[in-house]
Amino acid sequence: MEAAATQCLFKPKDYASDQEVKWCPGCGDYAIINAVQKAFSELNLKKEKVAIISGIGCSSRFPYYMDTYGFHTIHGRPAAVATGVKLANPELSVWMISGDGDSLAIGGNHFIHAVRRNININLILFNNEIYGLTKGQYSPTSERGKITKSSPFGTVESPFSVGELVLGAQGQFYARVPDTDVKLMTQVIIEAEKHQGLSLVEVLQNCVIFNDKTHAEITNKENKANNQLILEHGKPMLFGENNNKGIRLNGLELEVVTIGENGITESDILVHDATTKSNVLHNMLIQMKLPEFPIAMGVIRNTEASVFDKEFTAQITNQQETSKLKSLDDLFLSGNTFTIKD
Amino acid sequence: MDKSKTILDSVVIKFAGDSGDGMQLAGTLFTDTTAVLGNAIATFPDFPSEIRAPQGTVAGVSGFQIHFGSSGVHSPGDAPDVLVAMNPAALKANLHNLKPACIILVDIDSFGKKDIEKAGFTDNPLTDNTLSDYKVIEGPITSLTKAALADLGLDNKSADRCKNMFTLGMVFWLFSEPLEQTIQFFEQKFKKNPVIGQANILALKSGYNYALTIEAVKTSFTILPAKKASGTYRNITGNQATAWGFMAAAKKAGKPLFLGSYPITPATDIMHELTKHKWAGAKVFQAEDEIAGICSAIGAAFAGNIAITTTSGPGMALKTEAIGLAIMTELPIVIVNVQRGGPSTGLPTKTEQSDLMQAVWGRNGESPIVVISASTPADCFDWAFEATRIALEHMTPVILLTESYLGNGAEPWKIKTLSDLPQIKPLTLDAFDADWKPYKRDEAKLARKWVAPGIEGLQHRIGGLEKDAQTGNVSHNPQNHGVMVDIRKEKVARVANFIPDQKYKGKDAKKLLVVGWGGQFGILFGAVNDLQKEGKYIAFTHFNYINPLPKNTAEIFAKFDKILVCELNSGQFANYLRATLPQFKYEQFNKVQGLPFKISELKNKFNELLEEK
Repeated sequence: MEAAATQCLFKPKDYASDQEVKWCPGCGDYAIINAVQKAFSELNLKKEKVAIISGIGCSSRFPYYMDTYGFHTIHGRPAAVATGVKLANPELSVWMISGDGDSLAIGGNHFIHAVRRNININLILFNNEIYGLTKGQYSPTSERGKITKSSPFGTVESPFSVGELVLGAQGQFYARVPDTDVKLMTQVIIEAEKHQGLSLVEVLQNCVIFNDKTHAEITNKENKANNQLILEHGKPMLFGENNNKGIRLNGLELEVVTIGENGITESDILVHDATTKSNVLHNMLIQMKLPEFPIAMGVIRNTEASVFDKEFTAQITNQQETSKLKSLDDLFLSGNTFTIKD
Repeated sequence: MDKSKTILDSVVIKFAGDSGDGMQLAGTLFTDTTAVLGNAIATFPDFPSEIRAPQGTVAGVSGFQIHFGSSGVHSPGDAPDVLVAMNPAALKANLHNLKPACIILVDIDSFGKKDIEKAGFTDNPLTDNTLSDYKVIEGPITSLTKAALADLGLDNKSADRCKNMFTLGMVFWLFSEPLEQTIQFFEQKFKKNPVIGQANILALKSGYNYALTIEAVKTSFTILPAKKASGTYRNITGNQATAWGFMAAAKKAGKPLFLGSYPITPATDIMHELTKHKWAGAKVFQAEDEIAGICSAIGAAFAGNIAITTTSGPGMALKTEAIGLAIMTELPIVIVNVQRGGPSTGLPTKTEQSDLMQAVWGRNGESPIVVISASTPADCFDWAFEATRIALEHMTPVILLTESYLGNGAEPWKIKTLSDLPQIKPLTLDAFDADWKPYKRDEAKLARKWVAPGIEGLQHRIGGLEKDAQTGNVSHNPQNHGVMVDIRKEKVARVANFIPDQKYKGKDAKKLLVVGWGGQFGILFGAVNDLQKEGKYIAFTHFNYINPLPKNTAEIFAKFDKILVCELNSGQFANYLRATLPQFKYEQFNKVQGLPFKISELKNKFNELLEEK
């Protein structure tokens, strides 16, 4: 990894397969695949050591467009397939590509359990708050009241907050990025690969056909400085056109303050610690909503914990070293046997 | 004290009591001893699905039947020669099914007025004439057990729990069998809690001595060792044999073994067994549900492991979509269904063969799959091995059907060594090959190559979408889809070119061919064998390969006047044969009661057909 910055094995475009990309023109997925290819190049990943596993949905066509090993599986199940891939060959860099319908509706069970186990895979969740491939039904992340083809009078259910769900499931790495910021996305994807355990990257992705501009208030050029807080570990939580607004802890609540107003100085502003075990502040950052707060972006949580595939493999190695049984013939002849002679 | 001895060919004993009475353990320990003495054995555990079903009721009775002997042991037996009834409910549950002059051993301490009423008797069956045709041995088993253990300072409950061993001691005396092996078992098992171990051993010895003292029977019975092929044997259950078969197959194929599974009765013991053997490299993943069980296996197969998933009927239903993915991506996995009574949750602890249609046809789209079945507890080893061989050498998912009756049943297994077993040759490609394409096929088998991630230059993508027959890229071309449907079908059909011919047993007896499949082999064989000995024109053929059928199947069927298909469902194999080989007429004999066949009911049916004009 040391030489990565200077000598890349592959250029970003070398990771593209020969297949024609069939996402709609203007789809946010293009930005995501660009960021992934850039990140792979910077990480110096060997193409043959990468396995990309996806479910069903627009996002899940992703593996076909990458010149790595890839598996386009079935709806909701990529986390389970990816788990099998990683346990079968822990040397592989395993990436899971999924959407809000795939991972949070039909695949919700596999999703939370993969997070809970902290298996070392990177999960990029394309959250466009809509079902695109089935042409426009509401998803588990659609806002309450959303009018779609399957909710002509508006939905009467509350959406999941992806970050809170991940933390609730004992997630150790959670990042949120808009599809409009390829640079941030690339950095976050690199961090995700470096993190040992399940790394969840939620991309606020625009579906240009069925849910256009759903994240626009956050991502528009004119709003983004005020409406996004880009978190960096060890840096104060500052944002705004003049970078003079910040987040302060007031009692048990967060609040937005402005440096220079009411005696506020930079020392009043919270400094982001992604690595702290406690997820309380991480959760509060995830919960920040417009218009009162900016939306937290970047790596919100990045902590160390036991990694499932490592412990799974270590148990086997330990048993291989310590077991009295050395071959299947030993096993078959162990315990009570009896011999019949001619 | 000497007792006169009667030598018997074979005996059926049933241990029955409350589901907390330890009857499964008593039966298992008796089985282990008889197996080591060289008897042929077949066992049939039969228990309720509740862990501790209502005490003292017929619904809560747990039974363990063992048939052991020197010859003629093809099944766990129709009805017991000896019934151990730990309470009135256990007696009531078995009263309708006893051999004439059956010996009934009862614990009279549990025959209080309330116990008798709870079991549904109006009067005490021990004092009215209910049991007048049988030889009843009454023992105050509970109180004698407690008295025997009085000096150990155990609490009442722990002492009470040893009564199954007191009873087992009595049964050992009846059959002049030694206690050593059972004693060793308790010494091993309770190393860390020697008082409990001692209590069980003391109860066992006390029971043996009590039976000796009261001369429980005038003549005790001796069973001579069975005449078996020379070799070293061990007692094995079907689920254990299945697990070992997979381990052997992985070794013979030179690849790591991966199991993705979710607990479900009666298949879970396969997972329990495999997870003990991490020393042998077995990777066992207990998934969050049935779907994740098979999906993790599919992922592991994609990554180059020998991947299996184990389940029973309802779990099989949940795995359906993923089986389709394995068919579409042509990955080698084995799906084991230890069948139980259905539909839905059905009868979780009872046996049935009613998932055959589900296995052969139960998926969306044209989705052919190889289906094979095991026929005895011990041969689950061979069929797990064979399922793996076919999966790896033909690049196809394989469904292995066993049954609760096989999974939980036990019999002696002639131990195989790894050197006895053939090599399995997976269709792997381990280095770059410029001519390779993901869906390029072997000409004889139509199988594609198995290329796991990690090889430079062979990066490729697979998935559930239809693929171009040449390049393996996604294709929605109508003609191509037709071609691929045909290829997938033909690939499975060609497995028939690589399996042995079907055999049948019987002289050129043209009259009646009995057809069986799966776990009812022993019982069907026993029933046919009896009639063949009487000189009747009856033959028997038993199928392990279901899809595809062996190539000579029609040739065998054509030799007979009548074909009778016997199975524990409403006629699924019969209907499959009607669809596959429609030129023959198939009679059916079916039973769907969650129980195996009885030899007597089969013989009645066979005789009826033999006598028909």
